[in-house]
Amino acid sequence: MGVEAPGAAPEPILVVRNLHKSFGSLEVLRGITNHVQQGEVVVIIGPSGSGKSTFLRCLNLLEQPSSGEVWFAGQRVNDHPAHLNRLRAEMGMVFQRFNLFPHLTVIRNITLAPEKVLGLPKEEAQERALALLERVGLRDKAASYPDELSGGQQQRVAIARALAMRPKVMLFDEPTSALDPEMIGEVLDVMRALAQEGMTMVVVTHEMGFAREVGDRVLFMDDGQIVEENTPARLFGAPQQERTRAFLSKVLSL
Amino acid sequence: MDFSWPLIWQSLPVLLSGAWMTVKLTTLAVGMGFIIGTFAGLGRIAHSPLWRGVASVYVDFIRGTPLLVQIFLVYMGLPQIIGRPIDPYLAGVAALSINSGAYVAEIVRAGIQSVDRGQMEAARSLGLSYGGAMRFIILPQAFKRIIPPLGNEFIAMLKDSSLVSAISLEELLRKGQLIIGRTLRPFEILITVALIYLVMTLAISRLVAWSERRLKVQQRL
Repeated sequence: MGVEAPGAAPEPILVVRNLHKSFGSLEVLRGITNHVQQGEVVVIIGPSGSGKSTFLRCLNLLEQPSSGEVWFAGQRVNDHPAHLNRLRAEMGMVFQRFNLFPHLTVIRNITLAPEKVLGLPKEEAQERALALLERVGLRDKAASYPDELSGGQQQRVAIARALAMRPKVMLFDEPTSALDPEMIGEVLDVMRALAQEGMTMVVVTHEMGFAREVGDRVLFMDDGQIVEENTPARLFGAPQQERTRAFLSKVLSL
Repeated sequence: MDFSWPLIWQSLPVLLSGAWMTVKLTTLAVGMGFIIGTFAGLGRIAHSPLWRGVASVYVDFIRGTPLLVQIFLVYMGLPQIIGRPIDPYLAGVAALSINSGAYVAEIVRAGIQSVDRGQMEAARSLGLSYGGAMRFIILPQAFKRIIPPLGNEFIAMLKDSSLVSAISLEELLRKGQLIIGRTLRPFEILITVALIYLVMTLAISRLVAWSERRLKVQQRL
């Protein structure tokens, strides 16, 4: 099944067309159109309340868009509730507040969905989980409970949990915003390594350094719209829009 | 003063056998009520208006009508419909279970709603269905939190189960009434019955308090 993405050369993995989202009378997203290529790292920045997180949550339908289209891997997502669970399984999501399952051990947090959703045998799920824990540097925490871990460790487990489903895309919703400053680095390191391995990533963040260094493309959102998008070098170096300049001058002068 | 200690001692074995029946009735009722209440509680927060409607009517009807009326409805009303009498034990267990289920439904609903929204979102984002997320993620956390309120429901049901004495089910109060009928000495018997209820409810409330403390220590809510 092909997607006729507007003006894209290879088939994009994610296509968003004229996406709108309202909560009651509050219009949070006002017509977003964009696409994400395989292997691309797209970073979304913008002031709070600009709709960044809502946009991200519309991609895997944690929020139901009011109108518009979301296509993922050649399938329209937002009108096919029958496939929804399968499609969600192929989109990993990392949350601001980790959302680990507190009643389960670290390894069980990671093996549950592969076993229940993908039908992986227990041993295989365990192996996969341990390999991922190794990768995020937490193999020795497999038997711990989430509340025994620091925030940074919890977020790394959350990343491993999402990766255990072997997703085609990883969505990050402000993954470092709830962390103490000294723990931000360890999480960004994991994300950086993931990007280098070619993972397709959509990242909502306030970490401008990360956006500049790791992003292939940066979207600046304000007031429910994408105001400007460009390579990090250009967007940070020579922003075209007045609103982008105003935002960057505020966050970069901190 | 007209008060007979020996009568109390003589009545105690019979009263204790009644108390055992009370405990059995209550345990069965709250156990069945837990199963009914879990489904009704899930129904109360279901997306489907049909399930929500059915669950709401059930909970509202049971909580808004007297338990004694419900017991009579099952024991005396139902036989008229189905055309044959119902054993008082069966009728008692059924009425108490249905009653308990409605109260447990509200406990379960509150327990589910006390689990952070992010838990459901994380589970769904991993591809789990709504049912799978409930079963593996939300309900295990909710059930831990509802142990104390369930204990309180058990205490309430233990006391309310005395109402099935009205359909001649021989639990604690009924046993007492039978002894009074023979001896015509209500005071000794009723005060003893009351004290046996008190001992049982105190024991359970201690158990509830202990489980609450343990839960706080665990903190893995």
